[in-house]
Order: sequence, then structure tokens, then C-alpha cells
Amino acid sequence: MAKSTATYKITVPASTEHLAEVRSFVADHATNSGFKENEVADIRLAVDEAYTNIIKHAYNNDKQKSVDIELGYDNTEFWVALLDTGDAFDPQRYDKPDIRQKIKEKKRGGVGVYLIRKLMDAVEYQTDDAVNTIRMTKKK
Amino acid sequence: MKNFSINHRKVETYDVLELTGELDAHTASQLETKLKRLIDQNQHHIIVNCEELDYIASAGLGVFMAYIEDVRTLGGDIKLTNMNPKVYNVFDLLGFPTLYDIVQQEEDAIKKFEQDESN
Repeated sequence: MAKSTATYKITVPASTEHLAEVRSFVADHATNSGFKENEVADIRLAVDEAYTNIIKHAYNNDKQKSVDIELGYDNTEFWVALLDTGDAFDPQRYDKPDIRQKIKEKKRGGVGVYLIRKLMDAVEYQTDDAVNTIRMTKKK
Repeated sequence: MKNFSINHRKVETYDVLELTGELDAHTASQLETKLKRLIDQNQHHIIVNCEELDYIASAGLGVFMAYIEDVRTLGGDIKLTNMNPKVYNVFDLLGFPTLYDIVQQEEDAIKKFEQDESN
């Protein structure tokens, strides 16, 4: 039987200055939940990409805004959710980006969503009462 | 908080950038500034040594995506070396190894540059 453990939460300003802090928060708990180093690295990068997307796209780099990060785990899975109140984002498409084409057009970005899907087992986007949630799960 | 730095040195005619720490959406601008300056100074045979790079997010990859075309148009390249497996994995997930020279050592990058020149 899956046994629930405590959930954890931090609230951080929507600023890239806090990326390292967010990565550490998530990586420490992922390690404590029993994941191997490479799986912890996957979760850390997925959360980095999701948080960066919120800062840039949901909040348009407005540092006055904040992001809630919640996580929890049991003996079957680890989940982490990021909540914001900015512009909603629900990518319908998450094909592998064509890096060759992007390079040609000197474009960057637009690869985070694909990475998140690759790194995590399940990704859900939801908007309720102007609160956007991205919830990502990795199975044990 | 400082969790990323770049050391720039010359090896023969090549510009080597040694990256240390974590390259993310916060620190990517440092690399961007450095690369831009090299390109402005007509230095476009660039080797990026990733031996001390512990972490990269897509914002870091984005810097390489944004400038590689300029550098190649000028007859140069950005070659990446000494990546640890975790960092390489991120490049690999997006298919970078078919588009960029990612090699073991700086000497391998120099050899590649020499091959490029003779082609």
C-alpha cells in the first residue's frame, strides 16, 4: 500500500535569482525520498524548467510576483507542483523541438516543455480560479 | 550568490572558455555576454570546456543555439569538451550531438578545428 508522507511547501519570488534555491529544495527532498542521483537530476531540471517558464511567460519577469512550490512523496511516486497566478499556459503540443531549425533562425527557448515531458512520468496543467498549476510526477 | 563563473584563456589561436558551476536562466547572461564579446572581436574559434560545469538548464543550451550560426558564418565554430555525463545527457535529450562537436578533450576540439580548416 502506498503510504502518504508529509508534503512540503516553499513560496519564492518569481525571479531567476531563486533558481538555485528552488533546485536545492526539490533535490534534497527527492534524495530523501530515495531516488538515485540521476533521477534526482531529472526532477531538479524539470522543476527548473517549469519555474523558469513561469517567471518568463506567466509573469513576464515581474519579480513582485511569487510562485508556490509544493511537493510530496510516498513509496510509489514523487510529485511536485508549481502554482502561479499569471498568464495561463497549457501547451497542447510537446513534440521534440527541431533544434536544427531553431539554430538556423537563431532562436532559443521553447524546449523546456519538451524536456519536462521527457524527464517526468506525468505532467498536468490546470487552471482554477486564476491559479495555474503544473503538477509533475515521477514514479519510483 | 555566485554559482557560475567563466575563465577565459588562449590556447594557440583558440579561445577557451572554462565554465564552472551551474548554467541556468539566471547565469546564462554571463555566458552570452562573453560569447558576444568574442564574436565582436572577431574571435570565432571557440572551445567551451565544461569539465567544472555541474549543471545546465535549457536557458544555457539556448545561448549555444543563439550564437552558433553567427560563429559558423564567420568561418569558426563553438566546440564543447569535457562534459560530465549528467550535463551531456541534457544536450543529448535535445539532439545536440548531431549538430555540435562535443568531444572528450580540448586537444580533440583543436584537432577538429584543424580538420575543418583543411576541408
